[in-house]
Amino acid sequence: MDLTLSPDEEAFRDELRTWLETHHPGEEPKGDEEEAFAFRREWQTKLHEAGWAGVSWPKEYGGRGASLIEQAIYSAEMVRARAPSPANVLGLAMGGPTVIGHGTEEQKERFIQPILSGEEIWCQGFSEPDSGSDLASLKTKAVKDNGDWVVTGQKVWTTFAHHSKWCMLVARTDPDVPKHKGLTYFLMDMEQDAVQVRPLRQITGQAEFNELFLEEARIPDENVIGGVGNGWMVAITTLMNERSGLAFGAMAQVRRDLNDLIEVARENGLDEDPVTRQRIAQLHMEVEALRINAYRGLTGIMKTGQPGPEGSLGKWAWSDINQSLTEAAMEIRGHEAPIIDEAWTYRFLRARANSIEGGTTEILRNIIAERVLGMPKLR
Amino acid sequence: MNFDFTDDQRTIKSTAKEFLAARFKADKLRELAEGGEYDSAIWDEMRELGWAGIFIDEEFEGQGLGVVELAILMEEMGYALAPSPFFSNAAAGLLIQHAGSEDQKRKWLPGIASGEQPGTVGEIKNGSAPLVSDAEDAALIVLFDCDRASVVERSAADVQKVDTIDSTRRFASVSAEGGEPLEGDVQAGLDRIATALSAELTGLAQRTMEMAVDYAKERKQFERPIGAYQAVSHRCAQMLMEVESARALTYFAAYAADAEPEELSLAASAAKAYASDAGWRVSASALQVHGGIGFTWEHDLHFFLKRAKTDGHLFGTARQHRDRVADLAMARTAAATA
Repeated sequence: MDLTLSPDEEAFRDELRTWLETHHPGEEPKGDEEEAFAFRREWQTKLHEAGWAGVSWPKEYGGRGASLIEQAIYSAEMVRARAPSPANVLGLAMGGPTVIGHGTEEQKERFIQPILSGEEIWCQGFSEPDSGSDLASLKTKAVKDNGDWVVTGQKVWTTFAHHSKWCMLVARTDPDVPKHKGLTYFLMDMEQDAVQVRPLRQITGQAEFNELFLEEARIPDENVIGGVGNGWMVAITTLMNERSGLAFGAMAQVRRDLNDLIEVARENGLDEDPVTRQRIAQLHMEVEALRINAYRGLTGIMKTGQPGPEGSLGKWAWSDINQSLTEAAMEIRGHEAPIIDEAWTYRFLRARANSIEGGTTEILRNIIAERVLGMPKLR
Repeated sequence: MNFDFTDDQRTIKSTAKEFLAARFKADKLRELAEGGEYDSAIWDEMRELGWAGIFIDEEFEGQGLGVVELAILMEEMGYALAPSPFFSNAAAGLLIQHAGSEDQKRKWLPGIASGEQPGTVGEIKNGSAPLVSDAEDAALIVLFDCDRASVVERSAADVQKVDTIDSTRRFASVSAEGGEPLEGDVQAGLDRIATALSAELTGLAQRTMEMAVDYAKERKQFERPIGAYQAVSHRCAQMLMEVESARALTYFAAYAADAEPEELSLAASAAKAYASDAGWRVSASALQVHGGIGFTWEHDLHFFLKRAKTDGHLFGTARQHRDRVADLAMARTAAATA
């Protein structure tokens, strides 16, 4: 075991840290959503110009070709500096890697560059009102018509749809084969009348998510990714990239938030309170276990090329931790905790989605039971 | 950056797993557990393999390896539920190695490294040590009270057998006057002992989880294996979460002991607090998966569950270690924001 960074990795970290010190854009404007998004777009342009967008992408596609460890360092440093998210989170974490993995040369040529620059924002059209955890049962259908695909259906939980140019859309192209086999992965232009976006207000009050209504939307055949009927396999790539791409940032975020929580405990005079101390200690242990398991998983991926069981546990552990951490913050703030507050209200309410988005905890437990422990399937 | 064992460490692990599985088969384990006995021939074999002194410096006739290797052995001891004085002897070695003077190390460590003059460690509460493992057959007993420790010869101590719920390990109460004080870093020894116990707890949790998973695949109710029901399979997934978290914290503490000692106190307490809870929760959850059969004396599960509970109360309970984690983690945050 050796948890030290190599000189190259240290240099990577120091270069990023120094760059962030001089280029950090300050805090994201609160309140006006449009203004906040414009701010994040500008931030992404800055990142891109300095070569700090898409660090995990291969160099030939405009990325930095960063190693897994450098990606982990990158996420941790961004959180440490409290840097805002770039505007095109889904394009960077999921869209780009999916096009790079499954796209044709023409598609790479067309789509990659504007993702990095933030010129074209991406969203993800997977979930539907009747197809959440059972994603493969989705009903949005695509029918071939004169070289185009004509798509009709409804998508939900579509983050940033209202800002997006492209949607990673999974639709049913063959209703007569088993459900996983009849799906196709498309890149759909959002700028057409047949695509209606309706903001979906969350319990936080914000509308980061949307509903998408598709009424004979048109997609040219050249925007199929990975071949007709292979949509499930391509979608899995997107979801795997989501899980691993966001893991190290999420891990660094709970560590930072735990430090904030300890400060709140001190401010409220509860740092000597035995119950509070036990709770903080438990959170510290769980955050540490998450961090160490992420590095164990990373070592496993470097060795075998495959994510190990630690990976599937990580997202579940993170959502549990973030929920109990924000609950602890409310308890520590006591009587005044329900008063809307810039630091904690959003975090507390937003955390409820953690155990649902990107695979519910129940589905993750099924995956762990069936694929890691080899337990019999219910279905 | 590489969070994995070396090839040598992997060999130690697989050798230990095979050796212990062959020596402590179910019948043998039951015989020893019911009799409250050890098998001295198996202990002799362990000593010949060099296990007793695995982490002790070569100049004191040990193997010169580290706490990582000790933790590897301890995890396998837990997995096999090996009844043996191995842990007690290692605990004495760790304390003397870190708190003893050069003379004291020269005097006692070789006997511990060979296992010929085995030691143990007990915690003093109100003047005497109520719960000391393997004190009856030890040659020397290290008694500690907070950060003070001293070594007494077995012959100079009053040792009385104590019955605990864990019949796979032998306990006694010890009272003694005086002894030879250890003037060095007692806490450094105790942190390593806590790490070793966390490894044993991780092995116990791993084994009871496997017992539960195997049983849930076989046992049928309502015409299907009970493991197909999410009430059962999700319980098993929870076990894996706790096993892997205990393992992560334990390996990190062992790594810290050998490579980043300034991280050790926080890491060791985090590991011991988490593994103490996990050892109990996973084995208790495994009992629930087994249903009625799990509550019977005939089933082996209870021996594991009782060792896990007892380990959780040795060298600091989960509550005590969490309190220390709170201290250390909060101090770190204060330092970072100052």
